[in-house]
Amino acid sequence: MAESTNGEPRIGVYVCDCGTNIAGKVDVPSVVEFAATLPHVAVAREYKYMCSDPGQELIQKDIKEQGIDRVVVAACSPTMHEPTFRKAVGDAGLNQFLFQMANIREHDSWVTEDPEKATEKAKHIIDAAVHRVVFQAPLEPIEVPMNSDVLIVGGGIAGIEASLKLADAGHKVYLVEKDPSIGGHMAQFDKTFPTLDCSACILTPKMSAVGKHPNIELLTYSEVTEVDGYVGNFKVKVNKKARYVDIDKCTGCTLCTEQCVVAKVPNEFNEGLDKRRAAYIPFPQAVPLKATIDPSRCLYLTKGKCKQTCVAACGPEAIDFEQKDEEVEIEVGAIIISTGYEMFDNEKIDRYGYGKLPDVITSLEFERISNASGPTGGEILCKDGSKPRSVAILHCVGSRDENYNEHCSRVCCMYSLKFSHLIKEHLPETEVYQCYIDMRCFGKGYEEFYKRLMNEGVVFIRGRAAEVTAASKEQAGSEGKLLVTVEDTLLGVVRHLPVDMVVLSSALEAQPDAKEVAQMFGFGCSSAGFYIERHPKLEPVGTVTDGIFIAGCCQGPKDIPDTVAQAGAAAAGALALVDNKTVKIEPTISYIDPEKCSGCHICVGLCPHNAIQYNEELDAAQVIEAACKGCGVCVSACGSGVPVQRGFTDDQIFAEIEGALA
Amino acid sequence: MKYSYFPGCSSEATGLTYDMSARAVAEKLGIELREIDDWNCCGATSYFAARELLSFAISARNLALAEEMGPEDIVCTCNSCYTILAKTNSYMAESPELAEEVNDALAQIGRKYSGDLKVRHFAEVLVNDLGAEAIAEKATRRLTGMKIAPYYGCQFTRPMGGDWDDYEFPNILDGLFEALGATVVDYPMRAKCCGGTMMLTEQDAALKMCHDLLQGAVDDEADVIICACPLCEMSLEGYQPRVNAKFGTQYQVPVAYFTQILGYALGIDEKTLGIDKQIVSLDKVLAAVPA
Repeated sequence: MAESTNGEPRIGVYVCDCGTNIAGKVDVPSVVEFAATLPHVAVAREYKYMCSDPGQELIQKDIKEQGIDRVVVAACSPTMHEPTFRKAVGDAGLNQFLFQMANIREHDSWVTEDPEKATEKAKHIIDAAVHRVVFQAPLEPIEVPMNSDVLIVGGGIAGIEASLKLADAGHKVYLVEKDPSIGGHMAQFDKTFPTLDCSACILTPKMSAVGKHPNIELLTYSEVTEVDGYVGNFKVKVNKKARYVDIDKCTGCTLCTEQCVVAKVPNEFNEGLDKRRAAYIPFPQAVPLKATIDPSRCLYLTKGKCKQTCVAACGPEAIDFEQKDEEVEIEVGAIIISTGYEMFDNEKIDRYGYGKLPDVITSLEFERISNASGPTGGEILCKDGSKPRSVAILHCVGSRDENYNEHCSRVCCMYSLKFSHLIKEHLPETEVYQCYIDMRCFGKGYEEFYKRLMNEGVVFIRGRAAEVTAASKEQAGSEGKLLVTVEDTLLGVVRHLPVDMVVLSSALEAQPDAKEVAQMFGFGCSSAGFYIERHPKLEPVGTVTDGIFIAGCCQGPKDIPDTVAQAGAAAAGALALVDNKTVKIEPTISYIDPEKCSGCHICVGLCPHNAIQYNEELDAAQVIEAACKGCGVCVSACGSGVPVQRGFTDDQIFAEIEGALA
Repeated sequence: MKYSYFPGCSSEATGLTYDMSARAVAEKLGIELREIDDWNCCGATSYFAARELLSFAISARNLALAEEMGPEDIVCTCNSCYTILAKTNSYMAESPELAEEVNDALAQIGRKYSGDLKVRHFAEVLVNDLGAEAIAEKATRRLTGMKIAPYYGCQFTRPMGGDWDDYEFPNILDGLFEALGATVVDYPMRAKCCGGTMMLTEQDAALKMCHDLLQGAVDDEADVIICACPLCEMSLEGYQPRVNAKFGTQYQVPVAYFTQILGYALGIDEKTLGIDKQIVSLDKVLAAVPA
């Protein structure tokens, strides 16, 4: 390796065109020319795709042949390619922390309109990086042991699939579910599109496999409350809500649920279409098949007075009103979040009449009434018990609508087609209308299913429905009908459809607590509340926090095949980590020099990760390397400026500012 | 509570009773409506299609006059006036180029508009600044048993009202009249067009629209339709005989401004509210209100 001649740093600056992403706006040759004039810069080069093999080799060649000992790459965001270039620099024999990334794409070319200003800005950004890199010091990654267990949050089909994959690979899995049973929304569905498999038939075997798997510890009726640590060594607190039933004793015999005197609780599993008791098992195929006593409805728990028929009925004496919420601490190496979605609140759109007109129902309600285990035993019926002679299915309710959700919920076209088929199957004489904006039948076999439904005699009307009202009493023959007003945009006429039932194909939305959950786990949400993946194309199940993955509808609306595929991908991602014995973590953490520390304790109390201990022998604060996350609180809090955050020293930051302002 | 009041052209003719009742209600509730001195036509709907800049200038002259009077919000009673003035206001705020052009025009008459005022609908002012409960406390008559179809009209919230009510299903007055003891029926026709100025050009189409609105109220078994716009009120009440002639119906649906019914609940006498000037009598509706 060629050495620098006089001990001065020799910096190489590599400016990427990124095709036209950067070069289309920034005058790259003039930026390179400018970079070459900066102090200590020995080489400045332009290349079309710096991240490609030839681009990386360019840098490595200069390190070896030109004695370059510090590298600045001006390209995209460091969240995109910092690891790529660090590795390239490291492979060429240079310490990988003698590298600095200058973001002239996301911070510049993509967001600056005027090419001249963009070019100017690129120069400032590179100037800052060059000034900074001079002060960067070699660092070594810290290697810590890897915990081989995995936590999965959310027990819908995504969580179930990921749990089984990981458990089958021999890893211990903790599956946390907030409801009393796993299964999620899929357990509520009747058939699945486009194959018309019975949802329960394909889901319940998997649920039962989870319940029986020796490597899976199921924590139902539980929620994660706190997450600490880092990849390989997460510490998680889970609140196991009191279900007032000892699940080790409960046999799932349902005697308590039959004897409970509180009978009028809306049954969530049937979308409130029928009632359950305060002591309940959500559905017959629940896993675990254990009773739960609803603390908000139980007479004894709310009023302190009840003859406790449930206790009398329970043979194994499983009911325990003394039970309290229990906090469990789990340590895992990786986490998968699969918290699913919530349905749009249809009452927000007054003009569709949901909540006012009894036979305007939601898609999930339709799933339940068409399901053989649902409240009508699978008969598609209006609220008065009659068979609908005509049904309108309204697409995009709360989706593709700037007033509610801009996004397409992706599954509604297809489940609407499925509903049409089920209606035609149950009630062949019934007219079915689909009011759609566009038919989005994107998946394998979906377009074919659409075609099949056209042949089954379903009427497709292109137009978003304007409103649903009770038909005017003036019109003979329409008594008691609902009137759907829709502009048929293919015919160019407004149509008024008198129907007996209206199904609202409502939007899939993020969970209401999505933002808090994302914050707890340390990644971001889109404005709609869906979790943001590490890269939309190449890392669709990763997050910006190493070791934490996402899968299923919490990342965005998707159908069952895509959800299962993502769950598998997330499991593979987790597996690639927890199969290792150790994990390397970033060395950009805090260091406290015991010689300079006065032992005042200020930083000890302030550290949010309990990573600083007071060492009595040295009379100084000491950083626990494996626990420090490099947040910098101690650095800013210390009155004497003793703590140093490696990779973010005062020298480096001041130099960077100086460069940016030069 | 002080506001600059823009009565609008119809307040002096077909919408006279709206103006009378709005002023009376305001006085009763301690709201000072200071009429904008020397106001002119708002610019109205159709002129915008013909000469846009001129329409903005005509409209903005009112904003300039209001600004000269003081920083108070401008209050309109007519949906169309509200929409036009609020539109001019927000377009000028969003487009510095338009604001400059309009101010160039205003400069010809020695005026300017800086763009700092708010334009609001009287209904929204009552509910948001005073509150339904506070108004109900001042009522001397409970409207118990009165079934009201709230007819907001197409321009009430469209396109300018999204910040303070639902565009498609306005409901801001529902709560007020419920607080006064009335039953507010669902009336899904509440934001449909009444036919408006089409009554002059395409009468058949406009009469059909009126017919549907009246039938909707009959379907919902409403005792009275309340309006928030002079054009709506005139279409629904004044054209009922023609609707009946064309469709063979027998409608005798009482139609009133919301301010008239509100004023009645506040104990204002019928003459001041212009109730004696109605075409379809409100007597039966009001007689049913418990003393």
